[in-house]
Amino acid sequence: MLNSRQLQALLGALGRLARAPLATMFTLLVIGLALALPGALGLLVRNAEAVSGGIGRAVDMTVYLKNGVPLARAQQLATAARSQPGVASVTVISAAEGLRQFRKYSGFGAALAALKSNPLPNVLRVVPRPRASGPLALEALRRTFAAWPEVDMVQLDTQWVMRFDAIVAVVRRLVLLAAVLLGAGVLAVIGNTIRLEILNRSDEIEVTKLVGGSNAFVRRPFVYTGALYGLGGALLAWLILEGAILALSGPAARLAELYGSGFVLQGLGGRELVLLLGGGMALGWLGAWISAFRHLRSFEPRA
Amino acid sequence: MIRLERVSKRYPNGREALTNVSFFVDRGELLFITGRSGAGKSTLLKVIALLERPTRGTVTINGRNIGALSARHIPAFRRQLGMVFQDHKLLADRPVFDNVALPLVVAGTPFKDIDKRVRAALDQVGLLGKERMLPLELSVGEQQRVGIARAVVGKPPLIVADEPTGNLDPDLALEVMRLFRRFSEVGVTVLVATHDVHIVREFGSREIVLTSGELTGGSADPLPSLVASR
Repeated sequence: MLNSRQLQALLGALGRLARAPLATMFTLLVIGLALALPGALGLLVRNAEAVSGGIGRAVDMTVYLKNGVPLARAQQLATAARSQPGVASVTVISAAEGLRQFRKYSGFGAALAALKSNPLPNVLRVVPRPRASGPLALEALRRTFAAWPEVDMVQLDTQWVMRFDAIVAVVRRLVLLAAVLLGAGVLAVIGNTIRLEILNRSDEIEVTKLVGGSNAFVRRPFVYTGALYGLGGALLAWLILEGAILALSGPAARLAELYGSGFVLQGLGGRELVLLLGGGMALGWLGAWISAFRHLRSFEPRA
Repeated sequence: MIRLERVSKRYPNGREALTNVSFFVDRGELLFITGRSGAGKSTLLKVIALLERPTRGTVTINGRNIGALSARHIPAFRRQLGMVFQDHKLLADRPVFDNVALPLVVAGTPFKDIDKRVRAALDQVGLLGKERMLPLELSVGEQQRVGIARAVVGKPPLIVADEPTGNLDPDLALEVMRLFRRFSEVGVTVLVATHDVHIVREFGSREIVLTSGELTGGSADPLPSLVASR
């Protein structure tokens, strides 16, 4: 993969970075923070989608049957509802069960006891499949049930889901923008760092070219330095993100618990990690290459 | 080996450093280029080493017109050439060994050969055993000899030295010049620019004189006896 001269340049670049740990650390920190910000936004989107996936289950449909539709008929309708595409499960809540729950949770127990008959209808609780929990699919499902003659009304909070999806879409776009802008920032930081490095080592570059060093040979250690900066910054960004996840997971779990959800905060997956590290390295490489290409031209013989 | 034909060099600031310079250098010859400061000696060497391109005229080295070399081919050309500078251009933060090894590293010489050849080059200039020292720990004369070792380590057929004795006292200067003569005796063509006419007289090698960029003295072609002896 690497020949001995490339390996030597790589080791040289590593050694040079290690010999100025403070300066290296500051540069890595800048790059790490610049990469961590879009990474954090990306994680936000990812977790928001996980939450909204969980909400998909929370956006159950409540199908109120007309008063007087007997429980046996309700059971039949439930069977019919289960065979609908996009339906995960259907539970029948009988009028009696509904009344019992209402009595328990509403605090109107005494008033309800005064009622001669149960005013509540039989109800079907329909849980859509996650695949079918998009706003459009839910709306289609709602129409289907509303068209049944035994159905009084279908309750569904699609507005909420649509708004949430729209917010996620905005944040997703924001991630893209932040990634582009901060990526350009990383490019500039590394390009400038390499430019200073080239100026610092102009003696060495001059002598190397005098004894016949090709441009590629002279450029190589700088380009490797840039790639190492990018890779190191990406690793740092990863650590920052993992730290943030760790710090947030406790409170997030408590919040999820209060909502009765088993939601767990997600970190970077393997694919995202590869993307982050690869992207950081590529940015470093490119920034250094552009800088080296521009600044090494001044060492050519003049006409 | 080297042929200059009507070479002129005008710098961007308008100063004409060389005017119509023509001469020929034979293989294995030791040629002195003398003249006052600013007479164009350095420019002449720079044009030969492709550090500068001539404004007019052609420079032919080993039968090849180096004016036709593209930037891409300059590194390979420079590896066929050893350069020695008055300020020796050593890297102060690298030990002697690394400084001398640089042309070999650049040329991609295998590591096991580098060690042997660097020692051989240091032996030739009498600095064997000082590989691990930094240039600033050496005397000025020793630094200059490190520069010479770096110039010869790649076994180039041509060595170009610009005022190599400028900072040395007469004894050290003589020693350095003797080194150059020894290289020329084994077939290396050596061009030395110097203002030290005493040394040149003492060596009796061919000399060309530059005055304000023009060739005004010495012999433009090798001495007939030298040619005949080959």
